[in-house]
Amino acid sequence: MSKTLIIENARIIDPASNKDEIGAILVEKKKIADITKGAAPGAPIDAIRIDAKGLILAPGLIDTRVFTGEPGHEYRETLASASNAAAAGGVTSFVCMPDTAPIIDDASLVEFIIRRAKATSKVKILPAAAITKDLKGKEITEFGLLKEAGAVCFTDGRFSLGSAATLRSAFSYAANFNMPIFNHLNDAGLGANGVVNEGLMATGLGLTGIPDEAETIPLDRDLQLAKLSGVKYHGAQISSALSVEIMHRHKLENDKISCGVSINNLSLNENDVGSYRTFFKLSPPLRSENDRQALVAGLGAGIIDVIHSGHDPQDVEVKRQPFAQAGDGAIGLETMLSAALRLYHSGECDLMSILRAMTSNPANILGLKTGRLKIGAPADMILIDINFPWVVDEDQLHSLSKNTTFEKARFSGKVMKTFVSGKEVYSH
Amino acid sequence: MSKSSEHSPNSTIGKTSVSNIFNHKHLLGIAQLNQVEIIDLLDRAQKMVDISRSGEKIPPSLSGKTQINLFFENSTRTQASFEIAGKRLGALVQNMSVKTSSVAKGETLIDTAATLNAMRPDVIVVRHSAAGAVELLSQKVGCSVVNAGDGAHEHPTQALLDALTIRRHKKRLNGLTVAICGDIAHSRVARSNLMLLNAMNVRTRVIAPATLLPKGIENICAEVFTNMKQGLKDADVVMMLRIQHERGEGALIPSRREYYRFYGLDEKKLALAKPDAIVMHPGPMNRGVEIAPSIADGAQSVITEQVEMGVAVRMAVLDALVSKGAKK
Repeated sequence: MSKTLIIENARIIDPASNKDEIGAILVEKKKIADITKGAAPGAPIDAIRIDAKGLILAPGLIDTRVFTGEPGHEYRETLASASNAAAAGGVTSFVCMPDTAPIIDDASLVEFIIRRAKATSKVKILPAAAITKDLKGKEITEFGLLKEAGAVCFTDGRFSLGSAATLRSAFSYAANFNMPIFNHLNDAGLGANGVVNEGLMATGLGLTGIPDEAETIPLDRDLQLAKLSGVKYHGAQISSALSVEIMHRHKLENDKISCGVSINNLSLNENDVGSYRTFFKLSPPLRSENDRQALVAGLGAGIIDVIHSGHDPQDVEVKRQPFAQAGDGAIGLETMLSAALRLYHSGECDLMSILRAMTSNPANILGLKTGRLKIGAPADMILIDINFPWVVDEDQLHSLSKNTTFEKARFSGKVMKTFVSGKEVYSH
Repeated sequence: MSKSSEHSPNSTIGKTSVSNIFNHKHLLGIAQLNQVEIIDLLDRAQKMVDISRSGEKIPPSLSGKTQINLFFENSTRTQASFEIAGKRLGALVQNMSVKTSSVAKGETLIDTAATLNAMRPDVIVVRHSAAGAVELLSQKVGCSVVNAGDGAHEHPTQALLDALTIRRHKKRLNGLTVAICGDIAHSRVARSNLMLLNAMNVRTRVIAPATLLPKGIENICAEVFTNMKQGLKDADVVMMLRIQHERGEGALIPSRREYYRFYGLDEKKLALAKPDAIVMHPGPMNRGVEIAPSIADGAQSVITEQVEMGVAVRMAVLDALVSKGAKK
């Protein structure tokens, strides 16, 4: 029987209820048992008491886009190592992408992930299952059986499902099971050979660009089909100002749609690629500063629902290549919160919107009970020191792969403690 | 800068002391050079032309030095030019044929770099199909590296030899109008030339069908034309680029025949340029695609002279980078 836990004198921020006040939280039997304003509620004499004076108590973060290497590429990342990185980053639940070897397109593999996560992970791991068999974009998977096995959503991960006919049937069938679809947006033709944002920088570097339209055309198509089918649709990650506009327009008439943005696209721009720095080779690509600002504005306005890390561990072999030949992706579980807090410190976005996009919004999209501080909800919580200064050192990061876009970055703000179902899984 | 592109009176090649103006370890691109350094290299190259033509003994400034030519992309001409340049200066030159090497067996660029580095060369000349590959390799070796072309990024010695050729004919670069015509989007020659010519205050123009113009090009040249006739008007120099065969298959241009009709350099179009305009081409040419045979071999063509200047420029670059007096 776990002891009662009391966190008191905390600045409790709960985006789900728009609450931001000093108070205390009582945790019993892995759940939030009481929340009080001001003084702590009465508790057993042997309760663990944490004085959180000066700290923010927020729901544990939910990261909707995480790649691991398990099964198949455990040298990159295991579920266990990813969970260490997650705990250190304040992420108490993450959705793992189906792009593994084998690909998660079968109920038995969903069960495998859940079993392995239970045995090895400190945080909650939520498997996403493939939309199409073998991620080939042709035949849809067994949505019903996958849902029963525990899949939380369907996505083809790094692949952008591009056939309008397949999308339509996938959307309709997913709506049938009330399951969300997450689609990565990259037109196979327009984005085919591109490796960076299209524009002057790409031209100067002699690299093939990816135009905004490689994202906006599939986004608009998906949103039209989403309306047609009534599916809960999530544009996995948008990167351009034009996509924010398109989302805004469609949201006016469809409340079942949402979209996400990678913390990289919120924090960085194409100039960070500099002189062929392959750690900044991402999909979608880092775009212009105007795009970045539009994404931040879209986040503040609620047009963008979710911030994710896009955590994608890649080993050195894949990254130490000429730019066009290097792999995409960067790790991010451990730095997502701190990077997002930069937007707060710079005055670009309010704290509530930032936290909402990593807690209650993803929880609502995925139909989770977590992501909120509510009596009866699982006690997945984090304590944040919003001004804590630290410098990212790749050797200190928990991920097995070190392809971070924030090496040597100076941050203000860090998670101090992470709790999963009332259990402390990380302490700074 | 007050000095534009005149010969420096006291060029130093052939003398015991070496100019201190050029003090880079590598030549990765024109982007790393300023106007003074460009003029210095052109002056050195001009000296190399004079010595090569005179029949006198060329000072073996690279005697005892080892030069490796590492070509991941086939290029008989450029490789031969670098080889001759190195040998004329007395270097031991080794060509690495990538097709028969371990690169073909899956070795990474970094591994190749480490292997070659262990052989202790003094300079590696690299051509690679990927933009940035030469710079990446340069970070992993202890010797000097010369970029002999990396993807669609840079080809600095080509731009230098083009500038030298122009300067010999026009006696200056400053104030000239140079029109570059062809596949600008995929051309490293175009990028390096634009950077060099802009640095030398040349009025730069590019001419291409819209499908072969990269985004943002208007920011790195003075004028952009999709109509060749307008673009050639009053040009001092017409620089034609090679159309890769695979581009002529319908994706970006419908056919070579149509390309020639609108963007091939023939007598009629050339007549719009200045009467004394020179015609250039980095080679190898597609006669009848981007250039009429009569123009390629005509009085205004300086194409074979470009090849000669290529050797001289590469001699100058190798000398500046690795001769005994070169600054590192």
